[in-house]
Amino acid sequence: MPSNKPRTIIEKVWDNHIVAQREGAPAVLFIDLHLVHEVTSPQAFSGLRERGVKVRRPDLTFATVDHSTPTTPRNLPIVDQVAATQVAQLEKNATEFGIPYFGFQNLNQGIVHVIGPEQGLTQPGMTVVCGDSHTATHGAFGALAFGIGTSEVEMVLATQCLLQRPSKTFEVKVEGTLKPGVSAKDIILALCAKIGIGGGTGCVFEFTGSAIRSLSMEERMTVCNMSIEAGARAGLIAPDEKTYEYIKGRKFAPKGEEWDKAVAFWKTLPTDEGATYDHTVTIDADALEPMITFGTNPGMGMAISGAVPDPASQSDPLERESLRKALQYMNLQAGQPIAGQKIDVVFIGSCTNSRMTDLRAAASVLKGRKVSPSVRVMVVPGSQEIKRQAEAEGLDQVFRDAGAEWREAGCSMCIAMNGDQLSPGQYSVSTSNRNFEGRQGKGGRTFLASPLTAAASAVTGVVTDVRSL
Amino acid sequence: MQIQSTVAVLPNDNIDTDQIIPARFLKTISKEGLGDQLFFDWRYNADGSPKADFVLNTPAAKASKVLLAGDNFGCGSSREHAPWALTQYGLQAVLSTSFADIFKQNSLKNRLLPIVMPKDAHAALFVALEKDPALQVTIDLPAQTLSWPGGPTVEFPIDAFAKDCLLEGVDEIGYVLKQDAAIAAFEAQRSISLNTLA
Repeated sequence: MPSNKPRTIIEKVWDNHIVAQREGAPAVLFIDLHLVHEVTSPQAFSGLRERGVKVRRPDLTFATVDHSTPTTPRNLPIVDQVAATQVAQLEKNATEFGIPYFGFQNLNQGIVHVIGPEQGLTQPGMTVVCGDSHTATHGAFGALAFGIGTSEVEMVLATQCLLQRPSKTFEVKVEGTLKPGVSAKDIILALCAKIGIGGGTGCVFEFTGSAIRSLSMEERMTVCNMSIEAGARAGLIAPDEKTYEYIKGRKFAPKGEEWDKAVAFWKTLPTDEGATYDHTVTIDADALEPMITFGTNPGMGMAISGAVPDPASQSDPLERESLRKALQYMNLQAGQPIAGQKIDVVFIGSCTNSRMTDLRAAASVLKGRKVSPSVRVMVVPGSQEIKRQAEAEGLDQVFRDAGAEWREAGCSMCIAMNGDQLSPGQYSVSTSNRNFEGRQGKGGRTFLASPLTAAASAVTGVVTDVRSL
Repeated sequence: MQIQSTVAVLPNDNIDTDQIIPARFLKTISKEGLGDQLFFDWRYNADGSPKADFVLNTPAAKASKVLLAGDNFGCGSSREHAPWALTQYGLQAVLSTSFADIFKQNSLKNRLLPIVMPKDAHAALFVALEKDPALQVTIDLPAQTLSWPGGPTVEFPIDAFAKDCLLEGVDEIGYVLKQDAAIAAFEAQRSISLNTLA
């Protein structure tokens, strides 16, 4: 749909995918890449069977297992029979419908949002969907990527399209330079704290500014990954040389002449000069400190040097009550400094922070140190490929020498449906994306933070500012 | 589609889908049997017995088709198990001041109405229900109104297409399947091939 009006990258990708637009109805939007995992797909495949419909584009569909799979050694069977059945069902569905599938034993298995980019499946300008709210991760490549429910998974399998209305556009401008000890995770936690967990509802974020341009592709994935924690279904970053460099040569990346054509197309995607957004917010990277959450949603966060807020200081009665309940669940006192809070578990992993950059950051803190004897520390690489690379660099040995566990790839303790979980009342510092009640195990209490903060806290056994080590 | 019902009240803001149905119940490969797992960790004691003081365990709530909740209901994960669990419990509508995007989509596809209320009417309904917990609300989908005795008639927004689908029983997947020719034409005209998995 050509237009002379300056457009954002969000509008360009949207316009490029409109199959049909009937008056009053949502657009029929074409989907370039559909990622499928074991948890949100079985009922969709059952629906296809009931309809007698095939998968329209198995060549644009890709399946793997990550959520309910254990992170114990791969030669052990999946002991949870319900999970084992779910994993077997995806394999059966992938075979029956002819979908490319990386199974539990595949050497390239991993968290779906880690392996999409790793395999070169995720590319600029695409529409990417998955039955998972952290699909926004793929936005780091300039793709319009968002989570969908199982009914929508069925629709995409059947038609390769979705019925959608355009979202509002929301620019998140991050200018300046991050200080040592401050990372991509702190940018997105700061955004969640600034606009709140519902602040981006109805919107797609575009992250812009010098601090975003300075981030590596892996760090950009961390930022986009948690767009949903600020309410936005998707968040993206315009592609640049770093993006092309990352994709080039990967297994499913375009090759030869196709590559040149692809890059030429990708260069048309960035937001036009003069394009406007429905909303804009600015974050000063120079002023950012390491961030940590204190409550029971990702918007309840603050600088690690801060103190737990007092419900009495909230003017809105429902917000006051929310904060009171959160502090009661977390068993924290208003006014206490968050640093120094005793913890039981450190989890380094998840689709937010399980890539090489994250593991190297954690290892840089743990090298030559020991984790506190009172803390269980789990390091879970995002994919088998990352596991191999980390082992080639000797990072696994750094973690083991420090007293941390080095596990197999998967969602692990981010979602606690695979055997990795907190016990009731335990505290964790976690590099994952959600601190909802019970998210990491019934009764568990989560502090979300960066890999640097998690590693520093692992050493001391209390919430720790890495800059103080 | 008209709903007349008493109202179960859960005043919390930001009720996330991990509370609506915890992840450990998502290992199922079916849509069935999720109603008993709705709000599991808020609803049951460690020994599995129901918490008598939790609203959804009261006989009054069990007869309600409408849930009144705080702002930003359904935030978090994309799990459609959340509306499946809510409808299997017996709910047909949730009232809030806003809904998370994915939850709203999932609800509409499962005949669960996500009704967005203006802040003042939302607050007024809480007060009215405190005075009279047996108060019945009436939801009229064709008219897009919500009302209760002694209260205002509140107009609520709903996607026009979703409304038609609900009222006329349109199958959305069937609707898109019928546009096969347009999809095929779109696939054929793509100047740049992004399909790299073939």
